[in-house]
Amino acid sequence: MARKCRIDIVEMVHKAGAGHPGGSLSAIDLIVGLYGTGFRFKKDNPDWQDRDRFIMSKGHASPAVYSILHNLGVITKNDIDGFRTLGSICQGHVDMKWTDGVDFSAGSLGMGLSFGLGCAIAAKMDGSERNIWVMIGDGETQEGQIWEAAMAADFHKAGNLNVIIDRNRIQNDDFMEVQMEIGDIGNKFESFGWKIIEIDGHNMGEIVEAIEEATNERSLPCAIVAHTIKGKGVSFMENNPAFHGKAPNDDELKLALEELS
Amino acid sequence: MSAPSSGGASRDGYGSALLKLSNDPRVVVLEADLGKSTKSCLFRAEYPERTVSMGIAEQNMMLVSAGMASSGKIPFASTFAIFTERAFEQVRNGIARPGLVVHICGSHGGIHTGTDGSSAQSIEDLAIYRTIPNMTVMHPCDDLSAEELTLQLLDHGKPSYTRTARNKVPRIYDEETVKGIKIGKGNIIKDGNDVAIISCGVMVNEAKIAAEKLENDGINACVVDMHTIKPLDGKLIDKLTEQCGCFVTVEDHSIIGGLGGSIAEYLSKNKPTPVEMVGVNDRFGESGGTKELMSHLNINSDAIINAANTVIKRK
Repeated sequence: MARKCRIDIVEMVHKAGAGHPGGSLSAIDLIVGLYGTGFRFKKDNPDWQDRDRFIMSKGHASPAVYSILHNLGVITKNDIDGFRTLGSICQGHVDMKWTDGVDFSAGSLGMGLSFGLGCAIAAKMDGSERNIWVMIGDGETQEGQIWEAAMAADFHKAGNLNVIIDRNRIQNDDFMEVQMEIGDIGNKFESFGWKIIEIDGHNMGEIVEAIEEATNERSLPCAIVAHTIKGKGVSFMENNPAFHGKAPNDDELKLALEELS
Repeated sequence: MSAPSSGGASRDGYGSALLKLSNDPRVVVLEADLGKSTKSCLFRAEYPERTVSMGIAEQNMMLVSAGMASSGKIPFASTFAIFTERAFEQVRNGIARPGLVVHICGSHGGIHTGTDGSSAQSIEDLAIYRTIPNMTVMHPCDDLSAEELTLQLLDHGKPSYTRTARNKVPRIYDEETVKGIKIGKGNIIKDGNDVAIISCGVMVNEAKIAAEKLENDGINACVVDMHTIKPLDGKLIDKLTEQCGCFVTVEDHSIIGGLGGSIAEYLSKNKPTPVEMVGVNDRFGESGGTKELMSHLNINSDAIINAANTVIKRK
């Protein structure tokens, strides 16, 4: 599944001539792991009120989300072929107004964890068991609003809220250590009262175990710090800041597809 | 928590409306450590389980509201008008863009903030929220109309921003007349045909005083409470263009982009008509008593009379 999604990601970004392959490829194993581990949703009824929520806060990694929705049969090949074109349901950044199966309109970093907290508080008010999952980037933790939400999740005892941090160490301009290194993210969330699980974000066994552990933890919000490699799966994109927001050219696509086949 | 104070501070109307809306279990209230000021404290006292305290963190409050709206709740989130502006992009991207029905209340709008001075005086909120697609923008003039308009938000189906004011002003409406107001429809407080004075918020009272004084000089002014700045009641503006032929706009807000700006935009596109704007003239406020400040900034009934006399000559 993850391999199929990776192929979708590089093809989608190549066809559009724009997009964010690096952070999509670093995140995709985690997303596949999440959807494959009891994530409650109905592909024929994406608005089902009691579904679990997946809030992709790093909304520029939209190809990762579209690829899983495509491979699960929620959206079509035709839909992902339209990525970033006028009128397409696959907008540049994930948008709940446009795409079935998308739970949040992202694109401006730092907002998704707060949105997820709102979903989590509402679920608790409703007495619902639904789980709320938020994915953020490590660079995204530079936004102050992340820490407002981290503080409030503990205060509101949002044990149904989980965040997956895609710790790929690269942001738009360069490596985080050059731009603004955040340090021990797990430690920081822990100091706000969260339970921390640190994993290799490309090891499916660790991913599934972490998701199950976070799901079963109902008293504390959980943060899964997933150590990942930006551009994972395509050698020339791996750990390369240039492919944060750049499409592969024809030759690069060919090379990428050879590696992914 | 104390009951709403008597008199006509629009924030009291917001608080009492929340209590009346409590019958709907979807209604939830969010606060950012200013519930005693915005009057959401009245709801909190009765329904703590449906009140979400966000601390002093407005950006988080806006997106938590959005998340709750996406989960079937109808959130009413309030803080000072000026602090909602801190979360402008959150309102734009997180609430309005996906069309999530969150109702934001910014209290202590305008220069009517007590003596805190310019840091607390939001004089641009109406302008900025008016630029956002999907947003309804309102500024009621007294407690009764604030309550009525807030009650109407329950079935409004769009995100909104309502500015309320700190200070009590004489009531413009009574229990009967207030039933006639509707979101999106301006309300004629006093009819007349020499000049149309379009006002909102606490300035409706000043407009009314000005119209009474103008009457003594033989000028018959029409006074409108334009409580909804967006969507603007163009039909009423059309009617008054024919009836009066000139306008004075009046707001406790910058003359740029607010009520005056929206009416000027409308008129210049449809039927160019002379307009004089009374409002804060592209400057920041300062500390001072309410009356002193209104006089100092030239936004009182005397300023309205001067503007009316000027604009009538321009007809």
